[in-house]
Amino acid sequence: MSSKEDFLQSIRAGLAKRTPTAYPYIPTFEQAGIDLKAVFEKNLKLAAVDFYDVSSVEEAQKIMQERLPDVKVVCSATDEWEGNKDIDAVEQPRDLDDVGLGVFRAELGVAEMGMIWVTEKSLKVNALGYLSQHLAVLLDPAEITENMHTAYQRPGLLDANYGCFVMGSSATADIGAVLVRGAQGAKSLTLFFLKTKDDETGK
Amino acid sequence: MKKVNVEKNAAEFIYQDDIHVTEHDKNLWNARQKRDTAAAQIPEWEELRNLASAIKEHTLTHLDQYLEQFVTNAEKRGIKVHFANDAAEHNAIAYEILSSHRVKNIIKSKSMLQEECGMTPFLEEKGIGVLETDLGERIQQLSEQIPSHIVMPAIHQTKEDIAKLFAEKIGTDPNNTDPASLNTAMRNNARPKFLLADAGMTGGNFAIAETGTFVVCTNEGNADLTASLPPLHIASIGIEKILPKAEDLGVFIRILSRSALGTPATQYTSHFTGPREGAEMHIILTDNGRSKRLAMDEFWKSLKCIRCGACMNTCPVYRRSSGLAYGATYSGPIGIIIDPTFDAKKYSELPFHSSLCGSCSEVCPVHINIAEQIMDWRKVMMKNKEVDFSRRMAFKAVGVMLGHPKLFRAVEKVAYNAINILPEAITENKTLDPWAAHRKLPDVKKETFREWYIKNRKNNEQ
Repeated sequence: MSSKEDFLQSIRAGLAKRTPTAYPYIPTFEQAGIDLKAVFEKNLKLAAVDFYDVSSVEEAQKIMQERLPDVKVVCSATDEWEGNKDIDAVEQPRDLDDVGLGVFRAELGVAEMGMIWVTEKSLKVNALGYLSQHLAVLLDPAEITENMHTAYQRPGLLDANYGCFVMGSSATADIGAVLVRGAQGAKSLTLFFLKTKDDETGK
Repeated sequence: MKKVNVEKNAAEFIYQDDIHVTEHDKNLWNARQKRDTAAAQIPEWEELRNLASAIKEHTLTHLDQYLEQFVTNAEKRGIKVHFANDAAEHNAIAYEILSSHRVKNIIKSKSMLQEECGMTPFLEEKGIGVLETDLGERIQQLSEQIPSHIVMPAIHQTKEDIAKLFAEKIGTDPNNTDPASLNTAMRNNARPKFLLADAGMTGGNFAIAETGTFVVCTNEGNADLTASLPPLHIASIGIEKILPKAEDLGVFIRILSRSALGTPATQYTSHFTGPREGAEMHIILTDNGRSKRLAMDEFWKSLKCIRCGACMNTCPVYRRSSGLAYGATYSGPIGIIIDPTFDAKKYSELPFHSSLCGSCSEVCPVHINIAEQIMDWRKVMMKNKEVDFSRRMAFKAVGVMLGHPKLFRAVEKVAYNAINILPEAITENKTLDPWAAHRKLPDVKKETFREWYIKNRKNNEQ
């Protein structure tokens, strides 16, 4: 096994022949007068995400019951939405294998990509986002950022041990180059625009 | 190591039937076209390519500093970082971590570095079960073949091939070739194995010095399952994956999947900055020839590669011959310039497996001068006498002839006449020249260009 010093030493030897180049200035490429929610919605559609503006969790729950009437186990990582499997009682991630619908509140949306940002804070158990057969996600419409540049400029974005930009459901095109949704992760993702209640965020 | 016979391998793919080569070509060109459409929708696309290239060059020319910073920050967050000089060390470290945790079975997502190190056969030999969880990689694992494409590992197989394979290996109906049902069958087959695995292994697309974060980009969600289920996560990361800051990701995430498949991004862009509660996280930072490549004046820029596969999708030679022809972990144009750095003898034929059309350089999102480097590798192979004697002599003869106008004119006339007289059995002989198959020499005019030019110039002057 190499030591860190030996390892760095061979890199320094390789670098002896290189001339250092400058770090470029990276603009954020923001566009003036852009309707963030409209762009986000356009790209959600491209990612096969169905979305709804709702004014209450009950409204969202009703929509999910209509969309997925056969789902038996609902596990939610947000207190706003009560499921029938308690995520806090989960001892091992694999215990989430029976979840039909996983629910959580995303922390951010990226308009350019139709992506949402989740971390271990929003998922509680990371596997919820991937073992669940289907996902229902809440997002505050005020939490949409324009593009990847503005997203990565969010202070503390990478503070969490785990964070993921999720663009719709899981997908593959590995068989005959045909796009199939529901590869190993969730088969569908439904998004609900619902404001965060002030008392829950402590704002 | 035995020289890879690219021509023979390519012929095996091309001549198996008239379906595979057509499908392969169509699917890859389709990816290239989708890339063009995606790129055209971003007004700053070319600026992003310039930025990506500049960030990579800056990082590579300060690699020791950024690597040290990455290690410090990752360790601060409780990640154990290991250093592997070569493939053997990488595999030994992986095995040591796994065996000290009494791991019997691992699940892994796609990692070109682990592929490069030959990790799976190594671990299997030691008695550890390895399950590839990316669908394409799983297909290749079951087929006992290396991946033929860095993004679409099984793109050289048709859905009929895969239906037959799954019927044999996991008991599906051999007549059901529907990609969705085949996918479901594999999803159901893999799920229990995900749940029971003792450890998960991933690669890393990017590693951020400023935060100690590594990023994994996937479409299937298999990397996130791999990382979120077992109590142990090991990531293999090549030293060239380092980026200075989180904001650099803004540039790279915008260009990676658009270049690869024409989608805005991969379905999942996963960031790992520390182990989850109650779990362990290890990184094996691996050199395996990269620091030596950094010292190579003509070839160091190949380290900028972000493994998008755009150069493969656009390459007319790759699309026709398939990735298996290259007999290497990395195929296509990028493979031609990377593989010889591992073994210049074994991969000495690769640089000649190119038309030098330059399309690879045109689509590369980080501006690697791929076509130029292919040319430079040809020079190296000629100098090292790694090229067949007959071909070397032919090149030499052409060199002499082109350097002597009178000689050229004499040879030209003889050749013109010869082509018109000789039978096709000689001029288009597949044995003498494997590239002659499926190709026809054009009809040759009686008059050489020079004769035509002298005559017509006189006409013009009058």
